[in-house]
Amino acid sequence: MRVMVMVKATEDSEAGRPPTQELMDAMMKFNEELVKAGIMLAGDGLKPTSAAKRVHFDGANRTVTDGPFTETRELVAGYWIWQVKDMDEAVAWVKRCPNPMFGPSDVDIRPLYEMEDFSEVLTPEIIALEAKLRKEVGG
Amino acid sequence: MADDTHRAIETVFRIERARLIAGLARLTRDVGRAEELAQDALLVALTEWPQTGVPRNPGAWLLTTARRRALDALRHARMRDRKHAEILRQSQDAEDVPAQLDAALDDDLGDELLGLIFAACHPRLSREARVALTLRLLGGLSTEDIARAFLTPEATIQQRIVRAKRTLGSAGLRFEVPRGAARAERLASVVEVIYLVFNEGYAATSGEDLIRPALCAEAQRLGRILAGLLPDEPEVFGLLALMELQASRFAARTRRDGSLVPVTEQDRTRWDRLLIRRGLSALARAEALGGAHGPYALQAALAACHARAPTAAATDWPRIAALYDTLLAAMPTPVVALNRAIAHSMASGPGKGLALLAGLEGLPQLQDFAPLPAAKGDFLFRAGRLAEARACFRQAAALTRNGKERDFLLARAAACGGKNRG
Repeated sequence: MRVMVMVKATEDSEAGRPPTQELMDAMMKFNEELVKAGIMLAGDGLKPTSAAKRVHFDGANRTVTDGPFTETRELVAGYWIWQVKDMDEAVAWVKRCPNPMFGPSDVDIRPLYEMEDFSEVLTPEIIALEAKLRKEVGG
Repeated sequence: MADDTHRAIETVFRIERARLIAGLARLTRDVGRAEELAQDALLVALTEWPQTGVPRNPGAWLLTTARRRALDALRHARMRDRKHAEILRQSQDAEDVPAQLDAALDDDLGDELLGLIFAACHPRLSREARVALTLRLLGGLSTEDIARAFLTPEATIQQRIVRAKRTLGSAGLRFEVPRGAARAERLASVVEVIYLVFNEGYAATSGEDLIRPALCAEAQRLGRILAGLLPDEPEVFGLLALMELQASRFAARTRRDGSLVPVTEQDRTRWDRLLIRRGLSALARAEALGGAHGPYALQAALAACHARAPTAAATDWPRIAALYDTLLAAMPTPVVALNRAIAHSMASGPGKGLALLAGLEGLPQLQDFAPLPAAKGDFLFRAGRLAEARACFRQAAALTRNGKERDFLLARAAACGGKNRG
């Protein structure tokens, strides 16, 4: 299964406070371990939301707001995509991660939808509809 | 709660297992013994960790624990021979400086794991044994899983693994990474074993047992591990690129009834962009390391031609045909030659395809090979020679063992018009 592992933002990350050299080294080592274990598919750090934009949807309306956004603890500061056998394995690996932030911080693990998740529930009609939609948005 | 702790410990063990066995195999020079020692260490962890918590470096903890047991056992065996005495001496040196162990572990574990991979894929073992042993030792699959995946009785797999371990034991392997001239040959075997595992899973269709697709995931994981441990080996990246690119098409390659969709007819919006990106970057790495002409890199380059084309019509057939020319030189098999003919027919028309097929039709290996008359039927159909095309499609339909494919070929025969018999 694949999971997205999301490092949640803190006041420090939102303020753009750079990590210590020590943390950078520890993080690099952790990333190397992920690669050598064959589970790392992708990963990136995100700039603070002061560089972000948000598009709000309401019916036919679209409103664009500039960052920074206020709900700091709900924001994402970085992510990985991992291929793991199960959630237990993902948890075990996250526990090995150095604390990515200065203070207390959270890392969320979210499984990605995979093909198997749909095979039971999707009727041919839904699949055809989905294919049509994908085509329309230009995949 | 106790269950949760148990599960967490077992997960840590699962993550560490291969490296643990690798470290212990180097110490004992006996994989069977290494497996037992690893299992013993798990039992100790299951009693101690619920009290002490999971140690900061669980891999090092498990290895130290298992080593201690191994050394105790060796002492009890009273150093029956020089080999044991020597191993014991070396190990005691290490044991005297536990602080060094941590650092040494971090440096060596990758190397030890590689040593185990090379041992499991040792050319002295049969191909089947290499595959089974690799899945057992590196993938942590049970013999039952392996048996199911290969549609083989479990007893056969068990036998195969036991015998393979014995062969490795009697070969006096040191479980080290081969150096020098032997290395290239040994690495070729490792790459081949991983691709065999991948292919076994890839050949399965969605309706089948889930264990077979799991083989692909396992092969990809092994490929990624190998690339992480051997970042300068072009063929490893060629293999990885090939697997990532082929896997990127999983969701699109079967219909709901389980039949296969040819690559040119697949819904490209269902291709996995992340895997394509990973595949293309692995291919770029293989080429940058000078490995563009390796057989795996060439096949990956072929898969990349499809991955890069936004639509089937935009496929760069001349490039695919040229890549097949090169691949045929590296892998002169009849199947590659057949695919080359198909590629040239797409690049320059059915006449070119027919001309290339003419040279293959007499080959004994392709005598009862359904794809050959199927391809010929397609060339003839596109050339407007419908009656001949119909005969070829019928011949192919009679040869194939796959029911879905037979239906498809008979439908193509029918599309050629004319009288419909049997």
